[in-house]
Amino acid sequence: MMDKWTFGLTMLVVGMGGTIVTLILFSFIMSALKKIFPYKKEE
Amino acid sequence: MIDAMLGGLSGLIAGFAALQWSNALMMIIGGTLLYLGIKKDFEPLLLVPIGFGCIIVNVPLADLMEKEGFLRTLYDMGVITELFPLLIFVGIGAMTDFRPVLESPYTFLLGAAGQLGIFLVLLIALWMGFPYNEAVTIGIIGACDGPTVIFVASKYAKELLGPCTVAAYSYMSLVPVLQPPIMRMLTTKKERETIMKTHKKTVSDTTALLFPIVITVVGGLIAPMGLPLLATIMLGNFMKESGAVARLTKASENEIANIVTLFLGLSIGATMNGPLFMKPTTLIILALGLLAICLDTVGGVLFGKILYYVTGGKVNPLIGAAGISAFPMSARVVQKEGQKYNRKNYLLMHAMGANAGGQVGSVMAAAVMLSVLKGMGVI
Repeated sequence: MMDKWTFGLTMLVVGMGGTIVTLILFSFIMSALKKIFPYKKEE
Repeated sequence: MIDAMLGGLSGLIAGFAALQWSNALMMIIGGTLLYLGIKKDFEPLLLVPIGFGCIIVNVPLADLMEKEGFLRTLYDMGVITELFPLLIFVGIGAMTDFRPVLESPYTFLLGAAGQLGIFLVLLIALWMGFPYNEAVTIGIIGACDGPTVIFVASKYAKELLGPCTVAAYSYMSLVPVLQPPIMRMLTTKKERETIMKTHKKTVSDTTALLFPIVITVVGGLIAPMGLPLLATIMLGNFMKESGAVARLTKASENEIANIVTLFLGLSIGATMNGPLFMKPTTLIILALGLLAICLDTVGGVLFGKILYYVTGGKVNPLIGAAGISAFPMSARVVQKEGQKYNRKNYLLMHAMGANAGGQVGSVMAAAVMLSVLKGMGVI
């Protein structure tokens, strides 16, 4: 079993980092979707 | 015959005799939750059933949480199985409009920064000696999202379900009180006065419809352990955006959400039994939960400041405070705060984007956390 500091810091770095990276990815995907399916006025 | 009558009478006073001080105190706390819900309008839909559940579970000898007690049945049916929070999420998804975040996808990042409190408080809880599973559950209060807290607590630290849930819902309702001082402390007057350009409508119906599916699949591949959370919220949103199942959407955001909220509230209240709840740990959890939500706001506003400088003053850093999941309350707080310093400032739609990003961010943070725990072999 790892010590609590290794665990805590891993959660902070990988957890917070993972959340940020995932949401950056989401924002790129959404920007791409907006380009592929642009808004048209008649919608 | 007299013996029989005395025996019968003793049955009528047995409840009073068995009443412990902790039960009486919890009844007062239950009454306080009812007062806050009814008179102060603090999340009444949840606090009223929680408060009532808290009162009745503390009546001795009624055995409501014993095997076959009606509260135990509700608890086992929906909390142990994690069903209630997930059904609530379908309703939340059906009620949430993600278009503001799609208008400005960068606001997703504010939703990520608004989860800082989760991970910092996890670290503090570990430092204070809480075991891994409890530290994770306490940290998740910082998601500022009741169903996520219930989902994680019922999976990994059932004994903390009551205090963590009460902390999450109470602090969510206190967002208008908690956030403004932090927002003012971390920003300058000039930054708070920043006017942001009004959104032009740029999101097509197709993009809005594809959003929940793409997020579910990509998010699920990254963090499969959190897929139930992500999938249910996105299912609700997909039904809303499709426009094809209006009856299901309406049922999800009204009838199903209402019934489940009642059952969920009672079940949470049922975990607040005096002898089990009245521990110093409970107070520590409430304090850490408060800290988590304050740190979320700090993270969001500081990231807003970074965006302010990176964009040359085009982003008002106040919108970072809406990067938490308290939807749409924190967006309204941002709008109100922004208008205090510049009456021409309309931050609501930008803040709604950050707030919707916070909704996805909190779910993703929980999902990532669970998958990291799985990857580390802790769960």
